[in-house]
Amino acid sequence: MTRYAVPYADPYLLPMVALLSAIGVTMIYRLNPDDAFRQSLWIVLGVLLFALTLLTLRRDYRIVESYKYLFGLGALVVLALPALPGIGQTINGARLWVKIGPLQFQPGEFAKIMLIVFLAGYLRDKREVLAQGRLKDFGPLLVIWGASMLVLVQTNDLGSALLQFGIFLAMVYVATGRVTYAAAGLVLFVIGAAAIYTVVPRVESRVSVWLDPWADADGAGYQSIQSLFSIGNGGFGGTGLGRGTFTTTDGNAIIPFLNTDFIYSAIAQELGLVGSAALLLVFMLFVARGMRVALMADDGFSKLLAAGLTFGFALQAFIIVGGVLRVIPLTGITLPFVSYGGSSVVANFVLLAGLMLVSNRANARA
Amino acid sequence: MNKPIARLAVVGTSMMVLLVVATTYWQAWAAGGLADRQENQIERVAQFTIKRGRIVTKDPAAVLARNRPKRVAGRTLFFRQYPPGGLAAHVVGYSTQARYRTGLERSRNDYLTASNQNLSTLLESSLDKLKGATIEGNDLVLTLNMRAQRAALQGLAGRCGSVVALEPQTGKVLVMASFPTYDQNVIEGNYGALQRIQAPCNPVAPLYNRATYGLYAPGSTYKVVTAAAAIDSGRYTAGSRFHDPGYCEVYGRRVNNYDTTRPFGNVDLRQALVNSINSVFCNIGKELGSKLLVEYSKRFGFYETPPLETPDNERVASGLYDDGKLFDPKLDSDVDVGRFAFGQERLLVTPLQMAMVVGAVANGGVVMEPRVIDRILSPKGTILTRSRADELRRAVKRETAATVASMMRAVVESGTGTAAQVPGLVVGGKTGTAETGVAGTNNAWFIAFAGRERPEVAIAVVLEQQNGTGGQLAAPIARTVLQALLPGAANS
Repeated sequence: MTRYAVPYADPYLLPMVALLSAIGVTMIYRLNPDDAFRQSLWIVLGVLLFALTLLTLRRDYRIVESYKYLFGLGALVVLALPALPGIGQTINGARLWVKIGPLQFQPGEFAKIMLIVFLAGYLRDKREVLAQGRLKDFGPLLVIWGASMLVLVQTNDLGSALLQFGIFLAMVYVATGRVTYAAAGLVLFVIGAAAIYTVVPRVESRVSVWLDPWADADGAGYQSIQSLFSIGNGGFGGTGLGRGTFTTTDGNAIIPFLNTDFIYSAIAQELGLVGSAALLLVFMLFVARGMRVALMADDGFSKLLAAGLTFGFALQAFIIVGGVLRVIPLTGITLPFVSYGGSSVVANFVLLAGLMLVSNRANARA
Repeated sequence: MNKPIARLAVVGTSMMVLLVVATTYWQAWAAGGLADRQENQIERVAQFTIKRGRIVTKDPAAVLARNRPKRVAGRTLFFRQYPPGGLAAHVVGYSTQARYRTGLERSRNDYLTASNQNLSTLLESSLDKLKGATIEGNDLVLTLNMRAQRAALQGLAGRCGSVVALEPQTGKVLVMASFPTYDQNVIEGNYGALQRIQAPCNPVAPLYNRATYGLYAPGSTYKVVTAAAAIDSGRYTAGSRFHDPGYCEVYGRRVNNYDTTRPFGNVDLRQALVNSINSVFCNIGKELGSKLLVEYSKRFGFYETPPLETPDNERVASGLYDDGKLFDPKLDSDVDVGRFAFGQERLLVTPLQMAMVVGAVANGGVVMEPRVIDRILSPKGTILTRSRADELRRAVKRETAATVASMMRAVVESGTGTAAQVPGLVVGGKTGTAETGVAGTNNAWFIAFAGRERPEVAIAVVLEQQNGTGGQLAAPIARTVLQALLPGAANS
């Protein structure tokens, strides 16, 4: 299929994704066989959507650039969906689910990709003027970004907010080549974060748990602490697949959300430092290959698109694994291709399709 | 745009490197500290994947703690079961998920879970871990005699108190009973049942091991220590003469005998012990001084937590207590030595300590370290450690011990302790009826040694909050336990 649609695409990307998905399904199967079956179905659906994307856009994916504002608007609409009464669902304190009939999904995952397409298109157009620093050119950018942040904070989905803000900064930096923009963005972020810290109690508790999880070991810090115990228990070689401890003596789960947000602590326990480092290495290689695609691409839109998609992928992995490892405050978000979750798997396969389309074009011309 | 992209690539890959570093930190550097944390649920569960060693006695054979395997979430976990339901609950303790551990289950957890730093065990358990096999712990074989243990609890017959019996020459604990007791099996699922345990004493405190943690005024049983000090110091002999007017004066205050209406008149030290005459010991105390008396107490093991394999916080030291704290008098006048000499004042002792005192008398003046674990067996049955008889120290000269022992034999032959006579056994003892400050709530004591020819058992019995005397209430319990420990004697 890929040989037909994208014969010149990077040959490493798809196998690495296959490996990550396989590790994910294996781990989920060990934790909950029913979830693993559903996850497999999601992977099949993801691959179908991946194929569909490749087939429809194989001639020239750059036509999506013409619809960039549509994508930007789409991202906002999709992000706002969970906030709508009737179809929005609040699960685990975050309003980031949409339920239409039997179908339930997290639109945030798709909004991420739409946002990247919009940013790639818009920044390609405006990168020269933006680099000159005229404020009015930042208008649409700030509007889109501000609106999406507002929606995210309103839905309590801090992980996605962090992710989208990071992607935004990275792409502006790539487009303008000005570190000051990224730095200014970071300063803005710190100010914003400090403001949110005092206003949103959820953020405050996340940060205090991050600073000292032992202060409330049975309450707010419980999940984070037990996750660290799980990782520590793995040691160098891990306990071995199926030999880890995830339930108490009466059969209750020790760590809540083990196969979504905390799948990394399950992997770290059973596969140990060897296994988890190998997993991170796959992520690193994927990032390296993705950035290579961006470097090889010969038009601005393609470069921005590939860089945005790749960095989004890297940052998402960093936010959740870093959160689990207490490198940064913990915010719930999926580990791409590994965590259990339909929306995440499907959206990330679309992300992969995007990268492969760009690399196909770049390699075909070379 | 290539330059920013290249930089972004560095940022992206660096994030992954940072994650590898963080993972290494938690899995290599911090892993040990994490495993030791009390909140660690995994370590707690892991303890239950180990087939803990059993706790047994050999003579007669009995199982005090064993495992009940249960499948939970696809793995076999081992939960504790305690067949005798409270017979030796205070020594064995419990090991649960909900309430952690006590007793030997706590203090010997390393052996029971095969995590002790013994090379062969360590090698074997890490091999087991590699193979994924169940780790098997080591068995504890106790020195307790369960027949006598049962006799002791039956003898206490619902009265609060404790019985401790030792082998004087080795320090082996043969009986360590404490009432009220509790069923260790309720700890995990039904902890509230402990609150419903009723007993005629306040506090009921069924979890306390009264044998090692209960502090009681020793009353006249302490006269054994005073007599030993008097003779060992060379100032008195068994034949030293005294006059008993029925009371003794200390610092201008009168201290009365148990029965003031019947003064004994002219007596010697032997007769004073046989009839437990307070005024005589009061005068000896005044002569010796409280510092010397404390000095001799220390030789018998007072003022230090008696050695035993149970956890340190389940044992307390005996001695003079002031405001809940041990206190060592700097001056003779810090203590009312007259009353101290016959076991009143602020003197508080554990039943184990009194058993050690009588054990030393029966063992030629040497106090042996009490111990309740006889040997530890590997899962294959080989002996890992066998506990040796260790001297704590010599308390008094051999001759002193012999004299005091003969005086104690006279107590049982013709004195206050006749209720402890056992046909075929040579028994020496001392009664005690200690006032606790509240009328009608005495501690009834009896301490004794017994044997067919030479002493084979040293025993201490105490009953809380009683109306009668030690001779009436505690001595018969000692007799029952002695008969259970030395069954051949009744026939001869």
